[in-house]
Amino acid sequence: MSNRSLLNTMGFYALVVIIVVFACFPFYYAIVTSFATGTQLFQVQYWPQQLSWTNYNAVLGNSTFVRSLFNSLFIASLTVGFSLLLAVTASYALARVRFRGRGLLLMTILAVSMFPQIAVLAGLFELIRFLGIFNTPWAMILSYVIFTLPFTVWVLTTFMRDLPVEIEEAAIVDGATPWVIISQVFLPLLWPALVTTGLLAFIGAWNEFLFALTFTSSETQRTVPVAIALLSGASQQEIPWGPIMAASVIVTVPLIVLVLIFQRKIVAGLTAGGVKG
Amino acid sequence: MAKIELNNVTKSYGAVDVIKGIDLTIEKGEFMVFVGPSGCGKSTLLRLISGLEEITTGDMMFDGQRVNNVVPSERGIAMVFQSYALYPHMKVYDNMAFGMKLAKSDKGEIDRRVRNAAKMLQIDHLLDRLPRQLSGGQRQRVAIGRAIVRDPRVFLFDEPLSNLDAALRVQTRLEIAKLHHDMNDVTMIYVTHDQVEAMTLADRIAVLRDGKLMQVGTPAELYDNPNSIFVAGFIGSPKMNFITGEKAQAEGATTLGIRAEHIDLDEGGPWQGEVVHAEDLGSDHYLFVDIGTDEPVIVRRSGKLNVPLGTRVGLRPRPQDLHRFGPDEKPIRR
Repeated sequence: MSNRSLLNTMGFYALVVIIVVFACFPFYYAIVTSFATGTQLFQVQYWPQQLSWTNYNAVLGNSTFVRSLFNSLFIASLTVGFSLLLAVTASYALARVRFRGRGLLLMTILAVSMFPQIAVLAGLFELIRFLGIFNTPWAMILSYVIFTLPFTVWVLTTFMRDLPVEIEEAAIVDGATPWVIISQVFLPLLWPALVTTGLLAFIGAWNEFLFALTFTSSETQRTVPVAIALLSGASQQEIPWGPIMAASVIVTVPLIVLVLIFQRKIVAGLTAGGVKG
Repeated sequence: MAKIELNNVTKSYGAVDVIKGIDLTIEKGEFMVFVGPSGCGKSTLLRLISGLEEITTGDMMFDGQRVNNVVPSERGIAMVFQSYALYPHMKVYDNMAFGMKLAKSDKGEIDRRVRNAAKMLQIDHLLDRLPRQLSGGQRQRVAIGRAIVRDPRVFLFDEPLSNLDAALRVQTRLEIAKLHHDMNDVTMIYVTHDQVEAMTLADRIAVLRDGKLMQVGTPAELYDNPNSIFVAGFIGSPKMNFITGEKAQAEGATTLGIRAEHIDLDEGGPWQGEVVHAEDLGSDHYLFVDIGTDEPVIVRRSGKLNVPLGTRVGLRPRPQDLHRFGPDEKPIRR
């Protein structure tokens, strides 16, 4: 019996190791490569042979790359801000206000997210030209918000539905307007959902490539994924793998930091105590 | 502080009529209890008065003023919910002050009222806690405190005790009664399915069934002179004994009702039967006597149980306490 449970435990951890290696290896290999220089780049190696910061210096010394970092930060932050604002208000209506066609509207919102990016690219491009925001951060913010909203609205609607109706009714009796209910009563209870969806929206906006490539033309407007892809070496024939890997590691670190910070904020059972039980 | 009049009020959800035309006047300072089985519409009626639901047809008047389309916060009501409905992220103090803060009241006035209400309910030491750090009874007191701070014309209670355990329920019931006594002239409307709560708290009770008013009256009126079999069976514990068939016809009724405490043991009594079950409550006891009807007749006697099971006994109902009902389930007047 104890042999069997030992075997089970070993099997369990073996599977865990396989999954972790499978998920993390590409990123690990990028880190290893980012410390390599010269011909080392083209040898397969699983441990860093030396800690050379040359690639990092090259990338961070490149002023357009630093500029793209800030572009990305600006665009991703505003995307999160706009989509959360719109999604919270929309999900309040979808979860709590009874109106005709509510289910249809929810399905339509979901359907929007089913289109592949490439299918709407041309139409979106026309729209952006029409609005005169081509080659500005607003082009990306607009398109990212469009693609983030369906998911955000769905998740928040689900959360909003689970909030006790009595709390809302108590607020109504207390004289709260819908906006006060959303901002002062529901928002504090929705933090875990907001953090989760906001984080995913941020990651999506931060990593997006196709729109960012299409809607920018000048170096100074590029976001980080485009900047990395367009990093050029000394000659046409040389692909600068070292700096590319260093840049990739640099742009991933903020995401990891964000997740680590907000992980602590995701407190389960925040509504405990408001209603019975 | 408010007189509430309902004139032919109805409420429908689509094709479903939940409240089917209710006329009722609740006097200033009255403690009115809505009671009835689940699904009878008593909570809906309370929500119509609160303004959380709109009435479909009819008129609702507060002190002679039509309030059909007035939003809850402007009706001068305060509501205590079954599930307490406290704001989980706010401290007790902020929970109680929220309504006044939204009304942009003076800070000093808010503080004075919150502390007064807290003192009244003996929760002044809990003001800095969050709802999740409180016990069920304390949470319900905070919810009541939140209602008091609003200084409403009408207090509405929606089954406020049903989430509390038995001992706490009795204690909180006393406190609500005391509250009504202390706050002179405050109109209170209280919804419950528990007829004991209704009997002990109410100035008047309104019994509802299927969205209609069955009877409105003081607890004593309902207990002594129920106007239907339904009310007779709903009010009072243990339930009134109902006897049909020959024994009822002998008294000139379709159904005969007699309360457990209105039956005496008498060897020569008209009903003869066997004691099939007994319950001893200490101060008094119940005998369940099978006299050949569908259900055994319950007899309530004071003192300790002294009749062994299986004993054959004779029962004599007190004639002045017999309720005789006709085929329409209404009482037959003598």
